[in-house]
Parts: sequence; structure tokens; C-alpha cells
Amino acid sequence: MTFETVIGLEVHAELATNSKIFCGCSTQFGGAPNTHVCPVCTGMPGSLPVFNRMVADFAIRAGLALNCGISRYTKFDRKNYFYPDLPKAYQVSQLYLPICRDGWLDIEAGGATKRIGIHEIHMEEDAGKLIHDPWEDCSLIDYNRCGVPLIEIVSEADFRSADEAIAYLEKLREILLYLGVCDCKMQEGSMRADINLSVRPAGSPELGTRTEMKNMNSFKAIHRAVIYEAQRQAELIEAGGRVVQETRRWDDNKDASFAMRTKENAQDYRYFPEPDLLPLDIDDEWLARIKDTMPELAEDKRRRYIGEMGVTEYDAAMLLAAKPLSDLFEQTSAICKNPKETANLIIGELMRLLNDTGTLPEDLSIDATRLSDLILLIQDGVINRNVGKTVLEELFRNGTDPRQYIEERGLAMIRDGGFIEAAVDEAIKANGKSVEDYRSGKEKAFGFLVGQIMKALKGKGDPQIVNRILREKLSE
Amino acid sequence: MKIDDKLIGYLENLSRLTLTAREKEQAKTDLTGIIEYMAKLGELDTEGLSALSHPFAVVNSFREDEVTQSYERGQILANAPVKSEEYFRAPKTVE
Amino acid sequence: MEIRDMTALEMGRLIKERKLGCAEAATAILDAISSADGELNAYISVQKDRATASALKVQARLDAGEALSPLAGVPVSIKDNICTKDVPTTCGSKMLEDFKPPYDATVVEKLAAAGAVPVGKLNMDEFAMGGSTETSYFGATKNPWDTRRVPGGSSGGAAAAVAAGEAAYAIASDTGGSIRQPCSFCGVSGIKPTYGSVSRYGLVAYASSLDQIGPIGKDIRDCAAALQILSGPDGRDSTSVMERPFDFSGSFTGDVKDMTIGLPGNYLSDGIDPDVRQAVTQAAKTFESLGARVEEFTMPMMEYAVPAYYIIACAEAGSNLSRYDGIKYGYRGGNAGSLADVYLSSRSEGFGIEVKRRIMLGSFVLSSGYYDAYYHKALQVRGLIRDAFNQAFQKYDMILSPVAPTAAYELGENITDPLKMYLGDIYTVSVNLAGLPAVAVPCGFGQSAMPVGMQLIGREFSEPVLVRAADAFQQNTDWHKRRCGK
Repeated sequence: MTFETVIGLEVHAELATNSKIFCGCSTQFGGAPNTHVCPVCTGMPGSLPVFNRMVADFAIRAGLALNCGISRYTKFDRKNYFYPDLPKAYQVSQLYLPICRDGWLDIEAGGATKRIGIHEIHMEEDAGKLIHDPWEDCSLIDYNRCGVPLIEIVSEADFRSADEAIAYLEKLREILLYLGVCDCKMQEGSMRADINLSVRPAGSPELGTRTEMKNMNSFKAIHRAVIYEAQRQAELIEAGGRVVQETRRWDDNKDASFAMRTKENAQDYRYFPEPDLLPLDIDDEWLARIKDTMPELAEDKRRRYIGEMGVTEYDAAMLLAAKPLSDLFEQTSAICKNPKETANLIIGELMRLLNDTGTLPEDLSIDATRLSDLILLIQDGVINRNVGKTVLEELFRNGTDPRQYIEERGLAMIRDGGFIEAAVDEAIKANGKSVEDYRSGKEKAFGFLVGQIMKALKGKGDPQIVNRILREKLSE
Repeated sequence: MKIDDKLIGYLENLSRLTLTAREKEQAKTDLTGIIEYMAKLGELDTEGLSALSHPFAVVNSFREDEVTQSYERGQILANAPVKSEEYFRAPKTVE
Repeated sequence: MEIRDMTALEMGRLIKERKLGCAEAATAILDAISSADGELNAYISVQKDRATASALKVQARLDAGEALSPLAGVPVSIKDNICTKDVPTTCGSKMLEDFKPPYDATVVEKLAAAGAVPVGKLNMDEFAMGGSTETSYFGATKNPWDTRRVPGGSSGGAAAAVAAGEAAYAIASDTGGSIRQPCSFCGVSGIKPTYGSVSRYGLVAYASSLDQIGPIGKDIRDCAAALQILSGPDGRDSTSVMERPFDFSGSFTGDVKDMTIGLPGNYLSDGIDPDVRQAVTQAAKTFESLGARVEEFTMPMMEYAVPAYYIIACAEAGSNLSRYDGIKYGYRGGNAGSLADVYLSSRSEGFGIEVKRRIMLGSFVLSSGYYDAYYHKALQVRGLIRDAFNQAFQKYDMILSPVAPTAAYELGENITDPLKMYLGDIYTVSVNLAGLPAVAVPCGFGQSAMPVGMQLIGREFSEPVLVRAADAFQQNTDWHKRRCGK
């Protein structure tokens, strides 16, 4: 029997607001335990939620980018269940009237474009973190994350393979990143996915029983989990068994999924409208404001870089791989008006520096004006490229002002014809063998001589002038 | 409707409560009467009417995205029955 | 006149005129508590040192010429479900017996700013669930008029303390009649304000869409003065919809000639004690004699208000009380083995039977399979009730009605019959469902010489008009001046 895999994905993205969804505590990652908390996000008696409107703005942005209809009237509901990471014993979420609905996202998979339906996007609050204390064999509870705003993006069950799922997740991640609504750091948990998967005999119109695997936080794990679970279910059915509707835990080390013992399956969440919060009425003005301030998506940037700025497809892909790089590219080329050179420098030297020092793009802090200055200095021939590399490294490590640095160290290119001629004469005199080699056709010797001349000029010679004078002298 | 042991057990579980045997018997009687009384609403035709979660139809109460001073950890942990210096503590959760 | 027999405004005036010191006023109330509360049990806790320190601070502010409210320096007593920073806030429950909030409720902050002197926390039905203050973990409060009888609930401590002179005035809460009914049972005045006019931030939630904080005092003027301090916007409560505090400057003219008052005949027919009917009918006649127009009408939806109320209240309450799990604060149960054990033992041992009953009812009406027929239905019925009021207010400025079908009954009489208790709320719950304001004032005495009260229900934010009517009534009657002699 051949089976078809049917997958739906629920992606939780922590929104990049400064404060939490219902209180003013900071959303910053990594604070000391229980230091970004207050009576509201720890569910103390008498506390009440007040909605952070930026959360709706971000949710609407995501909805627009994902081609959703935006609900003009949307409200919150309580999802009731007991768990130590949930201080109020209910999560404020949206069941009945989510903020965005009926969208889609086109993905490229298996050489074809496929449209994935997006059922809805809703807003909700994140829960705290449980840490297992092995000494006392108990759970330690940190509520810093409690109340961080989330959007949950629910897809239709349109995926038929692990590759499609990953293509979707990668594109979704890029969109959310470029919208500025989420920093999408899966390793920090700011983006997580739940996989709903079932199998059915190929051609069958009915859906099989599905299982759920929650809080997957790496694309690789998701890919493996989809393949494993599809196979597990298919084998189970072929052997005459039945798939149990349940939540399963994915163990990446064991490369397998396991049934969870908690009774997540039979949960009655008793959803009801949240009485402590008022509904949102999103009018034309609100929508227009969001539309007008939508950040440019990666796809549109790609088009602009290639079409208008003369950047190659390859280079565009490199720049857009990390938003901080594309931001730097845009800011810098806007000032120096030389996108090609800017792209070259960022993709070449700068990325090399990032790799060598193990710096992440998001931790890069280079002043665009200074980078632009450096580019102009190269462009205008004030310094040559080699010196440019040195200055860039200085700018990268210490934020040094390029013009100042060049002046202080006298790194400006030497263009004085007489000065260069003297160095050329000297090099010819000292390297008779190379001169012979060159005259007998070995072009490599020319490069060697250039190197010697540059050395004498302390690397600051204008390459064009050096080359011209050397060729002239050698052909005499 | 009849409130039987099964339903009481279900409600106990949803509510994380354990009633004593006597409380259970009493609950069956009390809840039967009360729920029957609540069912009186079934006499009304409410087809098409909106469900009011609030007495008034007010919308859009929110705040700006500004970070405010969080509380001191000690204040938030002060009332916890079992805690460490940094965390609340609960028996471990079984996955 | 003894200080404890004065109204809060009288005390405030004497304080302002330097004829009475803040410390003296505080001491008088604290002494009254010492002598009477052993018997009445109106207070769960008293903060003598804080009160004294607070009184001195307010005195200093007054001496420095600061312009404070008319109630500055007057001691205030607070129902124990309103958070007071670092002072136990127990909600009458074992679950929160040792709970000290790290913050003050908004109303407590407002009172402090106005120069009030908090002296103690008042007894109440556990988590405000009850109509007699008999479900309190700390024992029942006695009605000062007859200590064999209940003071009403859930703000029984507040009403009893004011009636007995153990409190100058009190701040309490009303979800289904919890201010008005104890006022009626104890012969004092109270206001349940329009939903959203007083911040709920810091009020330990019972039913979020029904709860409101309000004042209890010896007369309606005391209540109005307190409500002026309490009311107004609060950015910490999303449901707080009032732009500025109430203005009662036009409410004491004694003039009711412009008013048309509706009297629901169906409220006064079956199921009501003849004494209560008599007192309320007499009150209607008093209004007529003062120049108001009083007209009988039928108020529809009467028999559906209580079931709708209990469905909504229990649903919201069950959810609001889920946070009490023995982990973050509050009582931790004896069986602390597994996580499930902690939840079950903390909650089962920490909550009383009425609270458990309502939590389970809440789970029931929200559970899948029953949600549509019960909870959703009740929310729709709420709309019908609100419409019924809107209809009535097209003809009438306010509705005059009884508060409870009886005067105060004996301790232990109804506590084993929850449904009977619930039915006692028949005149009050519809007001909370519709979010409307109501003032309760004494209007007579019933069997066994127990006080009887009436309520005036108005349109949203019509408190100034309601107060004017109630004040006119009190200018021309003396029910509110009778003292229980405790």
C-alpha cells in the first residue's frame, strides 16, 4: 500500500515587542530568573491584563504579508488548564474570533510552486519556563517568559512531505524576520512549531487519525520527525494496527517519537470569552496605518536589489540571508550610492571577518556612514583595495573612523608618478632574473615585480599607476 | 438532568478538587437542583441574539508598548509556600 | 455625640475644623472595634499601628495646609478581598490566610491620596461567594441588630461594622448584591456603582464581568463622598471606562420633583415577606409625597436573572480561582507528593464547600457539551435583561425595588440549602448582569424588628441622580439614623 502523508503546522512566533502582551514587563531574553515579572504576569490575586496594542499591529502585519483577511472585530478567550508554567491556570488566547484568517503562502518545493493555505493567525500569551532540578527532583519555575506575546500561525493540512514543510517554515521565518515582528531564533525558542501529521492510503479522500508533536525548535528535527512519524504510522496501519490520536514527544537523540504520558489528549479547555479584556475594533485608519508602515519583505528586496541596484542574484541571496546584512547594505549604499561595491565588501571581506571571529550577523555593529566613507575612499582611489581590507578590519573590530585612520597612518595611496617611478626602477634593478623571465614571456614575473614594488611603497602604491609605469619600463 | 458519580468525577478532575464521600453525595443533590434551575433559561428563545461578555459594548482598551519597572523578585516570591532564592518550586512534571 | 456614632462626613468636617484630631478619630474606631468585635466578628484583621502612623501622616498633611478630600483623616475599613500592600488579604479563605499582596489596589491608593486612614480588613463570605458571611473561614459575622442573625453577605463584615459604629465607613464589593443586601440587613446605606466606574485592579476577582467595588456608610452622603474618591479611570483595568470621577455637587438639593420612578409590581407580589413589601411600598409613597411620580409596571425577565447570574458568575469564578494551586502563593496542601497531589490537596483543603460547589458548577457550564445550553445561553439572556432595563428606562428615571425578599434570617437557617440562598438574590443580580448602578438605603423595619432596605436602580452613570433621590428620602425620613445600640 502506498501512503500519502498529510501535515499541518502550527507555528508559534514570539513577537519582538519591548514589553509583554498584558503588562509592562520587559520581553528581553535571558534575564535572571523571575526578574521580568509583576503581579499581572505572575497571576497574583487582583491583577488584571491590559493589552499592548503593538501586539495587534505586529499580528496584522503578519496577516497582511501572509495574504490573510484581517478581522475587523476580534476578541480574546480563556483557555483553561492546569500546569505550573501557567500562573493563572488559563492562557489568554483567541478561539472564536482570531485576528487574521484565510491566508496563503506560496512555497517552492520539488521544483514546483505550491500554495499553502493559512487557516488563521491568532494572538496569545506565552507561558513561563520549567527547569528540572535534578538534586531536589522537582521543577523550578521561571515566569520571565510568561506573558511574552505570541502569534500562532495555523496552516491548513496542505503539506504532503517533509521538504514542503521545511520550505514553508524557511519562507515563513524569512517573512517574519523581515517584517520585524519576530527575531525567529529557534535556538532561543522565539519560533517553535507543532506538527500535526496523519497518513492515508494514496488517493483516499478521508483523513487518517493524526498525532501531534509539539514545540519542535529546529528545522532539521522537524524534517526528521516528519519522516519518522509518517513511516511509523504507515507501518502501524499496514500491520493492522490503528493510529492513536495523541501528542507524541520527539526525541532528537533517539531519532524517534514517543507517546507522552500526560493526558493532553482528553483536555477540555472550557474556552470562554475573556471578560477582563475588551474586544478590538480595527477600523480603516488602523489598517491603513499598518499597511503604510509595512517593512519591505525579502522577496521584494531581492527584486529591487537585482533589478534596480545591479546586484547579482547570488549576491542578493547572500545579503538577504541575514537581515542585519541586508539592512547594512541598504543603509550604506543609500549614502555612498555604490551598491555594487557595497555588496562586494559586505559579502567578501566583511563576511570573512564575521566567520573568522565567529560573530553572528545580529551582533554586528558597523556604522553605515563609516562603511560608506570607506567605500568612497576606495572608489575615489584614495586608498587601494588591500589597504581597504585593513581599514575595514579596523572598522569592524574597533569602529574606527576610516578617514581619520588613513590620515593618522598615512595610508593614502601613493600617486606621485616620480615617487613610483623611483620604486619601479629600484625593483627592476634589484630583480634582474624576474625581468628576464618577464621578457621571455612569463607573466607571473610581472606580478612578482608588482609585489616587490608595492612592498617598497609600503602597500600604498596606486596599482594602476604602478602597473602602467612598470610595463612602460619593462618594454623599453 | 441527573448528576451522577461519573459527572461529579469529571467535574472534580476539571476543577482539580477532591471531594470527600459525604461531600460527593451532597454535591450530587445540590448540583442536581441548581443545574435544573439553571436549565430554566431553556424556556427562552434566544435565536440570533448576541452573547454579552460585558454589560456594555465598549471596545479598544489598550496601552502602548512601553517597558515599565518590574517588581523585585523577592516581592513576587514572598508568598510562595515552597521556593528557592530565584525560583518557585513545584513537584516535577512528568512528561 | 460619640465619635463612633458620627457619620464619616461629620468626622471629616470636625477634623478639618481642627475640633477632632486624626489620631483621636482612629483611636475611637479602634476602641469601638476592641469592645464590639469580640462578639460581632466583623473584622478579620486590624492594623492598629499602621492606622496610628497613617493618622499622624494625614494630620501632618492637613496641618501643612494641603487641601484633602472631605473624608481626610476619617478611618476607613476595607473588605478583605481588596488588596492592601503587605497587609494580609485573605478573602475570608484559608487559601489566602497568610497572603500579603506586594501591592495596593487602585482604590486603596486613591483612598490614601485622599487622606483616608485604613484601620482594618473586614470579614466576608469566602471569595465573596455567599449571601450571609457564613462561609467565611474566619467564622460568621453577627448582625449587630440581633446577634443570632446573619448580617447578609458577602460584605457582611462591612455592613455590620458600619451599623455598629465599628467602622466610620467601609469599602466593599458587589457582584450579585453583596453590598446592597448586607446594607439592607444591617440598616445602612451602600452603592453598587456602574460597571467600569471604579477600578477593579487589586480586587481579588470573583466574577470579572459582574464585580464592582463600592462604599457602605451610615447614610448616602457618606457613600457619595467615598464614591467620588473611588471612581474614575484606571489604566491598569481594561474594563475601567469612566473618564472622570463622579460629581455629586448637585445631588443634595432634596429635590425629586423631576423624577419618574418605576415600581415593579411583580417584584412585590409572591415570595416576598409582607414586612418588606410594606416597607418598600411605603418608601414609594414617601417619594410621591416629595413630588416624584411613581408608577407601577411589570419588570420582565425576573425569573431568569438568578439562573443567568449563577451560570455566568460560577463560570468566571471557577476560572478566576484556578490560579490557587499552592505553588505561587496561598495555602499548600498536606499531600505534597506529586504535582497532582499538590493541586488537589491545596485546593480541596484550602477552599470551603460553597467555593468548591461554585467552581464545579463553573466547570460544568463551560464544559464541552454543555457550553451552548448553559454559558452561551446565559450570555444571550444577559442581553435580554439589559434590554428589559433599557426599555424601563425609556419611561422611568429609576426603578425602586426591594433588595431582598426577607429581612435578616437566623444564622444556620439557610446555609445548608444553597439553592434557597441563591434565590434570595432575586432582586439584586439583574443589576450586575446589566452593569447598572444601584443605591441601597434603609426604609423600615420588619419582623423581629430587623432593618429592611430598598434599592434605586438607574441607567449607567446615573449615580448622581440616584444619590439625589436617596438623599431626598433620607432628608425626609430617619430610618438611617436609627442605631442598633452596640
